[in-house]
Amino acid sequence: MEFTEEQILRYSRHILLQDVGVEGQERISSGKVLVIGAGGLGAPVALYLAAAGVGTIGIIDGDVVDLSNLQRQIIHFTPDVDSPKVLSAKEKINLLNPDVKVITYQTLFTSENALEIIKDYDFIVDGTDNFPVKFLINDACVMAGKAFSHGGILRFDGQTFTHTPGNACYRCLFNAPPPPNAVPTCSQAGVLGAIAGMLGTIQAAETLKYLTGVGDLLTNRLLSFNAKTMNFRTVNIHRSEKCPVCGAHPTVTELVDYEQATCEIKRH
Amino acid sequence: MATITINGETKELAKSLTVAELLVKNDVSQPDMVSVQLNGEFVYKENYKTTEVKDGDEVDFLYFMGGGSF
Ligand SMILES: [Zn+2]
Repeated sequence: MEFTEEQILRYSRHILLQDVGVEGQERISSGKVLVIGAGGLGAPVALYLAAAGVGTIGIIDGDVVDLSNLQRQIIHFTPDVDSPKVLSAKEKINLLNPDVKVITYQTLFTSENALEIIKDYDFIVDGTDNFPVKFLINDACVMAGKAFSHGGILRFDGQTFTHTPGNACYRCLFNAPPPPNAVPTCSQAGVLGAIAGMLGTIQAAETLKYLTGVGDLLTNRLLSFNAKTMNFRTVNIHRSEKCPVCGAHPTVTELVDYEQATCEIKRH
Repeated sequence: MATITINGETKELAKSLTVAELLVKNDVSQPDMVSVQLNGEFVYKENYKTTEVKDGDEVDFLYFMGGGSF
């Protein structure tokens, strides 16, 4: 890959980093990342990856922008209300960095399309708001041997870890989705907008670390934080023999679409 | 007396408890919402009632966290 003078200037703060350099930037610029969900987490992830010059960013989301999204989904602006989220996101990415190729999927991520979509990507970011899709992303990535970043936020809390093949997966931690209503949904719970940015930027940093090979990923470690105390905590986790998808005797051998009431508060 | 660590915080218990009892004591009414690690090892749900948490043990409750888009 030959960088133009303009690109060398644009990415100079990466290139200056000893651990990244021109080579690292080349890896970023030829990287392909899928962001699932163009919401609270997907918004900062997509913006930072675009700014970093990730070669191809895929964005999948079936929703349109709602006024209540703007409190945290910073890739969408007031005039974007009622526009498809993927198109609003693509527009901002193109404005921020025309080097990035954006592929949009204005649809839900389901057991039907999951493997077909992820196969083209190097790294997947879970920026979704519900457990059925979180489990689907995990299972699809484990089955396809893909690395991904898991992220979840609630009220003042955030939690994330990174999966790479052979390391702990989401089902190693949690066997199956909680029963609907066991975990408070957003409509009951709410979330401090900036928490989405805190967690999303961690996910974006993990993505860039994965692409460049710099540092130690959050594999086999679950990072949690609480914004009220600003305490960050990392718990060591590990691959479970009994994991239903990556364990010794997997019981989940094909993708499942779990049922759960959606989390979004709709204005209709 | 038993001194244990729950999610990084030191707690004093009058006596050893099972994981199931500890969940009740910590107001975890729905065990489906958490995953439990005892000294870095997962405790499977079917063993909650028989696994004792003893003096010096480290327990981690890992909570389901759902959001992202919301
Ligand atoms: Zn697993």
